[in-house]
This record gives sequence, C-alpha cells and structure tokens, in this order.
Amino acid sequence: MATHLILQKIFKTGCVSEPMPAPDVSMRTCEQALHADILKVFGQAVAIRHVDAGSCNGCELEIHAINGPHYNIEGAGVKFAASPRHVDVLLVTGPVSRNLETALKRTYEATPNPKWVVAMGDCGCGCGEVGGLFGENYASCGKIADVIPVDVEVPGCPPTPVALLQGILAAVSAGK
Amino acid sequence: MKIGERDWALRQAGPHIWRGDLAAAELPVLAEAIRQTGGQLVALWGSDDRQQAAGGYAVHVAFMSAEGLLWVHAPLSAEAPQFPDLSVQFPQAERMQRAAFDLLGIRAEGAVDTRKWLRHSAWAENEFPLRKDFDAHRPAPTVVVDAYPFIRVEGDGVHEIPVGPIHAGTIEPGHFRFSIIGDRILKLEQRLGYTHQGLEKRFEGRDVDTGARLAVRISGDSCSAFSWAYCMAVEQATQSAVPPRAVALRALFLEIERIANHLGDLGYLGNDVALAFGFMQFWRLKEDWLRLSGKLFGHRYLFDCIVPGGVTVDLSETGKIELRVVCDRIEQEVRELKAIYDEHAGLQDRFVNTGICKPALAARLGLTGMAGRASAQAWDARVQFPQAPYDRLDVVMATHRNGDVLARAEVRFAEVFESLRLVRQLMATLPTGELRAVLEPTAASSEGLGWVEGWRGEVIVAVRLAADGTLDRVHPHDPSWQNWPLLEVGVLGNIVPDFPLINKSFNLSYSGQDL
Repeated sequence: MATHLILQKIFKTGCVSEPMPAPDVSMRTCEQALHADILKVFGQAVAIRHVDAGSCNGCELEIHAINGPHYNIEGAGVKFAASPRHVDVLLVTGPVSRNLETALKRTYEATPNPKWVVAMGDCGCGCGEVGGLFGENYASCGKIADVIPVDVEVPGCPPTPVALLQGILAAVSAGK
Repeated sequence: MKIGERDWALRQAGPHIWRGDLAAAELPVLAEAIRQTGGQLVALWGSDDRQQAAGGYAVHVAFMSAEGLLWVHAPLSAEAPQFPDLSVQFPQAERMQRAAFDLLGIRAEGAVDTRKWLRHSAWAENEFPLRKDFDAHRPAPTVVVDAYPFIRVEGDGVHEIPVGPIHAGTIEPGHFRFSIIGDRILKLEQRLGYTHQGLEKRFEGRDVDTGARLAVRISGDSCSAFSWAYCMAVEQATQSAVPPRAVALRALFLEIERIANHLGDLGYLGNDVALAFGFMQFWRLKEDWLRLSGKLFGHRYLFDCIVPGGVTVDLSETGKIELRVVCDRIEQEVRELKAIYDEHAGLQDRFVNTGICKPALAARLGLTGMAGRASAQAWDARVQFPQAPYDRLDVVMATHRNGDVLARAEVRFAEVFESLRLVRQLMATLPTGELRAVLEPTAASSEGLGWVEGWRGEVIVAVRLAADGTLDRVHPHDPSWQNWPLLEVGVLGNIVPDFPLINKSFNLSYSGQDL
C-alpha cells in the first residue's frame, strides 16, 4: 500500500533542510529606506512573484531548486504566490524581451507598495560576459533595470541557490 | 539516395547526415516521398544568401528518414522569395513557415494560416530581422500592445479563459487561450514568441567560441544538447576531429542532463496531483545530482563544459567513484519512488487517460522525442542513428503506446534507469587522451549540422561559417516546435484543472522555440 511506503520513505529520508544563509547586503543596488514596522511584518513572511521576462530558463531551474527540501525557502517564511497583487517581492529573470516589456511593466504596477525587485542572473543584471552577449537589440530591452526599478541584483549564470537566497534576504532584511 | 520512386542527389555530410540542394518546386515531391516512406519533417528555416554566390534567399528543410537526417535547401529569388507550402505533407511545418516569414520574409505559397508567429510588435510587418541589411541595433519602435487574431469559438455556454504570458507558477512565459464549456476544454490556442531575444541575429559575425556561449543559453535546461549540436556542426564545417575522451564526456554530460530533467519533472508530476511527497523526494534527488555535477565539473547544469573542439572539464578517477556511488543510490531510490507512484491510487487516477495523444495522430502531426516515444513514435537518434560514442553503447529505447500522462511518466522512468546505466558504461569505457583539439582553419565558406537526442527530443543546429571563420548563419531547432501543437490536441476534452499536469508531462521549451 502506498501510504505505508510513503511513511517508510519519509522516516528513512529524515530532514535534509539546511540552515538559511546570511543576507548578502552587497547585492543591494541602492540604500533602502525601510521602516522598522514594515520589516517586522516582512521579516516574518514574504511573498514573491517570479516573472520570467525572457530568460533561457536556466535561472528558473534554480528558483525551482530553492523550493526543494534542501533550501526549504517556505520554512523561512518566504513563499511564492500566483498573483503580483499578493506579493512584496518581484523576482525577475531576463534579459527583458521587447515582447514582454509591457507585461513586466504591468506586473510591476500591479504589485502593491512597498515592493522590492530582485533581478536575477547575469542577463537580468546586465553584468559579465553573458550580460554583454545578451544586451539590448531589436528584440531585447537588455537588463531588468532598463525597464523597472531594481533593488537587488543577484549575478550568476545562473546564480546558485545560496546566492539567490542571500539576494532575496538582502532585499527584505534590515541592513546589519 | 532512393526515396520512394526517385533517386535524389544527396551527399553524406556526416554519420547519418545527408545534404542536398534542389529547386523549390521539388520540395513537396521529396516531402511526399518521405512521408510515404514513414519519415518526418524535423525543421524548416531560411537564410539570406544575397551576399553568397547563390544570391537571393534559401529555404532549408531537415527531414528524418530511414537513412538518417536529410538536410536540403532550395534557392529562392531575391525579388519574390516563395516556396510551396509543406504543411500539406507535414502539418508541423506550419509554425516554422510562419516564423521563417516573420524573420526573413520568405513566404510559403498556398499556406492556409499566414498569421504572424514570432513577431509581436517589436518590429514592423515589413521588417525582417534575419536579413543581412537589417540593423539589429536600430532605435526601438514605440511599444504598442500586440494584437493577435485568435480563433474564436462561439456558441451557447462557451467562454474563454486567457492565461499568460506571465504564468502563476515558475514557468516560462507564453499565452494560452482556452475555449471551454463548463470545465471541459473545447479548444486551446497557443501564442508563443514572448521570449524572442533575437538569438539567431546575435550569432551573426561572432567567432565560434563566442557562438558556443550563446548556444548553451538557447534553452538552459538543454544546454548540453544545444552546445553539443552546435559544436558538432562547427566541427563538421571545419572538418575537425574531436578527441575520443571529449566525445565520451559530451555523452556523459548529455545523459546527466537527461537524468536531472526527468527527476525534476517526475517530482512536479507528483506535485501537480497534490502528492507533495513526490515533489520533495525527487527534488532532493535532483539537488544531490546537481551538487555532484557542480563539484565534479564546476557547474550545476554543466554550462560551458562543451566547447568547439572538445570539452573544458575532465573526470578524475576519484570523481568516477563518487559519480558511481551516487548513480547507485539514485537508481535504488527512484525504484522505491516508482513503486509508490505505481501503487498510489490517487496519482494513477489522475495520470491514466489524461492528455492523450494517440499514436496515429502523433504520427500525422509529427510528435517527437520523449513525448513521441510515449505515443509509439519509436524514434531516438541515439538508437537508430548513433553518433559517436553512442555507436558503441547499444542504447535501449523506451516506448509506450497509450500517449497519456502516465505513458510519458513511464518513459521518463525508463529513461532515467537507462541513462544511469549509460553514465556507468561511459565511465567504465572512458578513453584516455586529450580533452580538446584545435579546429582546422577554414579558407572558404562552409557549413555543418549537429544532431543530438536531448532529453526532450532531437536538437539540431545548422551552422554556416563565413570564409574568415566567423558565424554567418546559425539556426538552432528545439523539438518543442513539433510538440507544442500536439499539446493543443492532447488537452481536448480534458478538464481545465488537468492542464498544468498535461503541460508538465510534456514540459516543452518556450525559449528554445522563441529564440
């Protein structure tokens, strides 16, 4: 019977979740003015909306990974939500294709204030060799910051799950 | 080569790869002969040859036949670049023809559906980005919201659900227009092209090493497949040999990629039927697998490990031991999880008879790759047309007849086990020697085609090098081109809440087809 096998497997596997990394404040692009009371709320629970603004799907693989048991992002109170109207953070991968420019702007506008934008990946941040290769052209607006304001940039191709967690935490934690 | 009644002038360009040129009017004749002998159309694209000796434009078609992959091209005049509609013989040609028009202005004469496909509003109807005189960095036009004439379904009780381009989950962007009655799907129409990055234009004028960096990032989950196919094409164009150790390592990377993707999708299939246990277990295994890749090869997804002439990373003897241990453990655990999936009544109830693509329809519409094999389309380039090192590996093909979500899950399970076996066999027989050879210099314009069975299906990359060795035209082809239209068919009559499950069972690429 499946239930018996499932329970057996759960007990045998145990808990594989690892402690959260510390926020990496160096990923912040601007000095964030955060009210202590806002932090008190968001420090407990943060909702994120992921927006693929034209990536190769590489960054998305690592977003999936942080939802897995090793990183257990929901355990830290960070949760992915289906609508921009329900979130505090937009996690955007790029480069922003011109065919998604309008959709990205509308998503940004639909997100209530206060909000943070995390740009993920070398293409989305416009950095490194890869960011250069995927710069602006007839079909692409280039990096995320070319289209909407960005608070935190997480470079990498793709960034590792730990770097991504550090970036998300840097966006919403107090400067320490 | 004799196909049907006629002999066609084709020359061998590589193992199981044939090359030919013919008049545009002959294309439907060849296509019909291939169709009647059980072959398929794999890819269709165009090129601007006005600066080449031939002049004008050209339409290129890749067919799969009993002999292997046939790459033919037909010259088209510069004034009226037209070719006969091939969607009569092969319906999968339709979107490719529309994309070829959007990008190059070459028109399929007589085609029924001539709506734009990759073009939204980033460039005008009379602009063609892949023409050589198109300036890729011209000032962007003012953004207007894209208007696309969807086919409307009308009648009592019919209503539409528009979904996307930005989806509710962590998925790539695309638009799905459902017409439904109650909860049943009457029609699904897809609108893709949102992630169009001008990728083919970005290749133009680059050196082959930079091109490899771009090829890796065509579709991140298939980086090994695309970069290998790209490198194979460049090596064929320059007639360069690759060291045997590098060839074996490339296959190792491709199988590692296949295992990683299947593990992730098997987890998501559980998740989509509310079995979060399945998601957590498979993603634990996938993470262990990715971490090992990161440790052994320096990148969790093996980006930039395959380069023209060979590979950049080696596998040490201690690395082999580590990889073997993890292979054994994952195989054991996947067997345990498969037993649970097999036994789980709720999961089976959702998987069985959901999202069916029947074999006859799959054959008619050209369903390919892993999804094709789940609908009795027994094609696997590693089996029928093996390139080195697969010619010595004796790959066992996984097939199923039912064409439902369960069949696609079963094929994935079988492929995980087979790929684990291949990884062990590749390690046990890893040749010694160099990792990378220097490419032969080119004196004249040359071309090549790479063909790799990626985890979704056959990935091909066609490359033309200019006389100075830079890239003149690169066309990457993802099997999602053929399979997206089948998803429209597979969901018919299903309930809307099953769409995510059916979609995930295919897991098609957006960026790979949007380019």
